Amino acid sequence: MSAPFLWIFLPFILAGILSLLRNQKVITLIACIFTLLLTLAAWLLPLDTVMTIGGWSFKLTSSLNILGRRLVLGPPDLSLLALIYGSAVVWFVAASATKSARRLNSLGLAIVALLVAALAVEPFLYAALLIEMAVLLSVPLLFTPGKYPGKGLIRFLIFQTLAMPFILFSGWLLAGIDANPGNLGLVQQAAILIALGFTFLLAIFPFHSWIPLLTEESSPITVGFILWMFPTVALFFGLGFLDHYSWLRDAPALNNILTTVGLLMVVSGGILAAFQKHLGRIMGYAVIMETGFSILTINLAKSVGLNLFLTLLIPRTLCLVVWALSLNIFKGHSPSLLLNDIKGLVRTFPFATSGLVLANLALAGMPLLAGFPSHQAIWGELATSSYSIVIWALVGSLGLFFSAFRVMTAFSAAPEGAHWESHETVAQRVLLSIGFIALFLLGLFPQWVLPLWIKLPAIFSHLGQ
Amino acid sequence: MITILNWTALLIALITSVGLLLQRDWRVGLGLLATQYLSIFWLVQIHWPVSMAAGKLVTGWMACAVLGMAQLSNSNTEESEEAWPQGRLFRLFTAGIITAATFGLSLRASNWLGLSLPVAWGSLLLAGMGLLHLGISAQPFRVVLGLLTVLAGFEILYAAVESSTLVAALLSAINLSLALAGAYLVTMSKEGQT
Repeated sequence: MSAPFLWIFLPFILAGILSLLRNQKVITLIACIFTLLLTLAAWLLPLDTVMTIGGWSFKLTSSLNILGRRLVLGPPDLSLLALIYGSAVVWFVAASATKSARRLNSLGLAIVALLVAALAVEPFLYAALLIEMAVLLSVPLLFTPGKYPGKGLIRFLIFQTLAMPFILFSGWLLAGIDANPGNLGLVQQAAILIALGFTFLLAIFPFHSWIPLLTEESSPITVGFILWMFPTVALFFGLGFLDHYSWLRDAPALNNILTTVGLLMVVSGGILAAFQKHLGRIMGYAVIMETGFSILTINLAKSVGLNLFLTLLIPRTLCLVVWALSLNIFKGHSPSLLLNDIKGLVRTFPFATSGLVLANLALAGMPLLAGFPSHQAIWGELATSSYSIVIWALVGSLGLFFSAFRVMTAFSAAPEGAHWESHETVAQRVLLSIGFIALFLLGLFPQWVLPLWIKLPAIFSHLGQ
Repeated sequence: MITILNWTALLIALITSVGLLLQRDWRVGLGLLATQYLSIFWLVQIHWPVSMAAGKLVTGWMACAVLGMAQLSNSNTEESEEAWPQGRLFRLFTAGIITAATFGLSLRASNWLGLSLPVAWGSLLLAGMGLLHLGISAQPFRVVLGLLTVLAGFEILYAAVESSTLVAALLSAINLSLALAGAYLVTMSKEGQT
C-alpha cells in the first residue's frame, strides 16, 4: 500500500460513503475514529520499511504515480499529516455537539483529503487545481439550504477560483525561469502572478471581505473549519514556493512585501474586530489577523527558522474550535449574533460565553492563555528588527483584545435578578470545558505540544535549515 | 481559410460574452454560453489535438446542461438583478472598454507568448468579460456564468503553453464541479423559498 492511498484516497472514498449515510451519530463516530486512526498512523507508522504484524507483512511506500504525475508523502510529511488529521479530529469531535456534524464530517473529510493531495502532488503547481476542487466542495458545506446564498459565499467562490489561474500560469513561467534563470523580466512577471495568486488564496487585503461576511452568514463551526483548513494549507503551499525557488526566497523586495502585507492584515484585522457588532464577524477578523501573523513569521523564518510560524498552528486550531463551537451554540439560541441580541446571555450560557471570550483573548495574545507564548515570541522577534513594526502588531492585538471586552460587557449585561443556569447540552459543556483546560494548559506549558510540530521544518529542505 | 475561422471564433466569443452581460433570460444566457464554448473549442484546437479540444467543448456543454436543468426545475421564479448597475447601456459601454483594453493587452501578449492575435485576444476578452460579469452580478447563476467565462478565457491561453492531459482533465472536472456547485446553490436556495 502507498502512503498517498492511505492518507488521500481512503479518506476521500470514506467521505463519499459517509455522505450516503443518514444517521448523524454513526457518521460522527466513523469519521472521528477513522481520522484518529489516520493521525495515529501518521504518528507511528514508518514509511518505506517492511512491517510485520502477525503473519502479515506490508510496506507503506511514499509515492503513487497517477496519470504521469506523482503524489508523494515522504517521511518528513508524516508530522504534517498527523497535525492536519489530528486537527480534523478536534473539529469533527467539536462538530458532534452541533447540528452541522453530518455535513462537516463527510464533506470535511473529503476537503482534508483533497488539500493533503494538494500538498503531496508533484509538480506542486497542480496543487492549485486540487485546492480549487476543495473550494468547490466547500460550497455545499458553507451554504445553508433554504436560504439565499450570501455575499460571503459568492465572494469566497469567486476569489478562491480566481487564485487558480494565476498560480497555474505562474507555474509555467517558473518552469521558464528554471531553464533561463537570468531572465529578469520573466522573474518579475512570475513574481507578480504568484503574488496575485496568493493574495486571492490567503484572502489578503483587499480580497479579504468574504471572511467576515461568511462568518456572519454560515454555520460558525463549518466556517471555522474552512477558515482553519484553507489558510493553513495555503500557507504551507506558499512556503513550498519559497523553499523551492531560491530567487524568490532571496528576492530583496520579499522582506518588505511580507512585512507590509502581514502588518496590514494584523492591524486591519485587529482594529476592525474592535468595532464590530456581530460576534461572527469578530471571529472573521481574528482569522485575518492570524493569517497576518503567519505571514510576518514567514518573513522572520530567515533569521529564526520556521519555528515561530509553526508555534502558531496548534493554539490557533484550539482557539478557533472553541470560538466556533461557542458561536454555534449562540446561533442556535439567539435571534442573531449581534451584540444587542446576546445581552445577558452569560447567565444562561456560561460555558459558551466563557469559551468565546477565552478563545478571543487567547488569539489576542492574553498571558496565561494558549496564544500568548507564540505571540509573545513573535513580538519579541519583531522588536529586534524594528520597534515601529512591533508597535503596529501590538495595535492589532490590542484591537482584538478590546473586542473581547466589548463582547464580555454585552454578555454580562443581564437584567437584575436573572438566575444562573446552563442551557448548553452535556456534550457541549464537556467539550467546552476540555477546551478551556487546553487553552490554559497550552498557555502555561507550551512545550507540551512541541513534539507535535518539532519535526515539521524537515518538510522544507531550505527554509527548514 | 484557417485565419478567417480564427477571427470568426473570436467574433463569436465577443458576441456571446457581450450577450451574456446584456441578457436577462437564463435560457438565452445558457444558449450564449454553449455557443461560446464552440469558439473556445476552435481557439484551443489551434494548440491542442482536436480530440482534447473537443473535451473542452463537451465539458462546457455539460456544464450548460447542468445549469439549465437546475434553472428549469425552478423556471417560474424570475430573479431580478440585485447588483448595481442594471442598465444595458452601461454594460454595453463597459464591455466596449474591456474589448478595447484587451485588444491593447493582446497585442503585447501575442508577442510575448508567440500566439496568434485571435487566440490572445479571445482569451483576454473572455477573461475580462467574465470579470466584468462577476463585478456586476450577485446572483449565483450569473456568478457561475461569469466564473465559467473567466476560466474559459484562461484555458485558451493556458492551452497554448501547457498540453498535459492531466491538467486538461482536472480543468474539465473543475468546470463541471463549478456548474454543479452553481446548480446546487440555485436549486437548494429556491427549494427553501417555495
